[in-house]
Amino acid sequence: MGKLIRFLPLVLVVALGVVLYRGLSLNPMELPSAMIGKAFPEFSLYGVYDAKTLKTQKDLKSGIKLVNVWGTWCPSCRVEHDFLMQLSKSDRFTIYGLNYDDERGLAQNWLTTLGNPYEFSLFDEEGKLSVNLGVYAAPETFVIDHNNIIRKRFAGPLNPNVWQQEFEPLLAQIEQEQKAGN
Amino acid sequence: MLLRLLSVFIISLVCVFSLPVDANAIDTYEFKDEVTKTRFNALTKELRCPKCQNQNLADSNSPIAADLRREVYDLLKQGKADIEIVDFMVARYGEFVLYRPRVSSLTYILWFGPAFLLLGGVVVVVYVLRKKPKEKTTDILTDEQKSQLDNILKDK
Repeated sequence: MGKLIRFLPLVLVVALGVVLYRGLSLNPMELPSAMIGKAFPEFSLYGVYDAKTLKTQKDLKSGIKLVNVWGTWCPSCRVEHDFLMQLSKSDRFTIYGLNYDDERGLAQNWLTTLGNPYEFSLFDEEGKLSVNLGVYAAPETFVIDHNNIIRKRFAGPLNPNVWQQEFEPLLAQIEQEQKAGN
Repeated sequence: MLLRLLSVFIISLVCVFSLPVDANAIDTYEFKDEVTKTRFNALTKELRCPKCQNQNLADSNSPIAADLRREVYDLLKQGKADIEIVDFMVARYGEFVLYRPRVSSLTYILWFGPAFLLLGGVVVVVYVLRKKPKEKTTDILTDEQKSQLDNILKDK
């Protein structure tokens, strides 16, 4: 016992080393969203194109929705845009845009020249809805289910790989729930 | 003379430019009283910017930090208490936005770990000190060792 206790510091240091070493490979930018499982926040915002009528949560279609946070100032949004165009052809869900901290002219120009994957895009100049959603950067994509509950937040550009791994299983699950009538 | 004047000028110029700079992001918020202003400053120092993780809301220039500062300002204006504002942020951005994490089962080790370790250290020290010293074995050198020692000392 007396001899063994001498190794205690070594054991502790090794254990600490293992914990810290693991910490090295974690990505501190990957934050879990605090909004998962909560209802999509209420909003009342103008659209990127339509600056006259306020849109609210009542304007969102029923069924599964993707809400994509974007801005013309965000290079990764440009990267994922082509993939969003592809996704917009699907009828499994509706894609809505949330244009964050942007200028209306630039945003309109972006959608006109690159194509518009969104049912409509909300113009969140002051970040009101974005703050309520806990958005901290663009692009971010939220999955909202048929009950208007936020099921997922993905930070970073979408691509086929990410879609296959992170979104497909969840969509399938929500579709199951929808069928079961929950 | 001219050279001296020039050097004085340069030195004073350097002095002016090295005055401490207030590095906080500049917003033009007006507060109804000093207390609200102090509360605003305290809150934006306590809350962490989700985008630039090693800065607080007060220091960061990122758009999200500006939006969150405005949010804090609006909430203060609505007469919300500090705790409500902090809850508002935590509900949206998670515990992450707090520079001083709350005491919860997840953060026990963070809050009580150091005290626990200190206590452990005290226990070890007391244990070691109170251990009965071993019987002192008097080390006596043999004659041979003595002469060896003498030789070594002589050499010096």
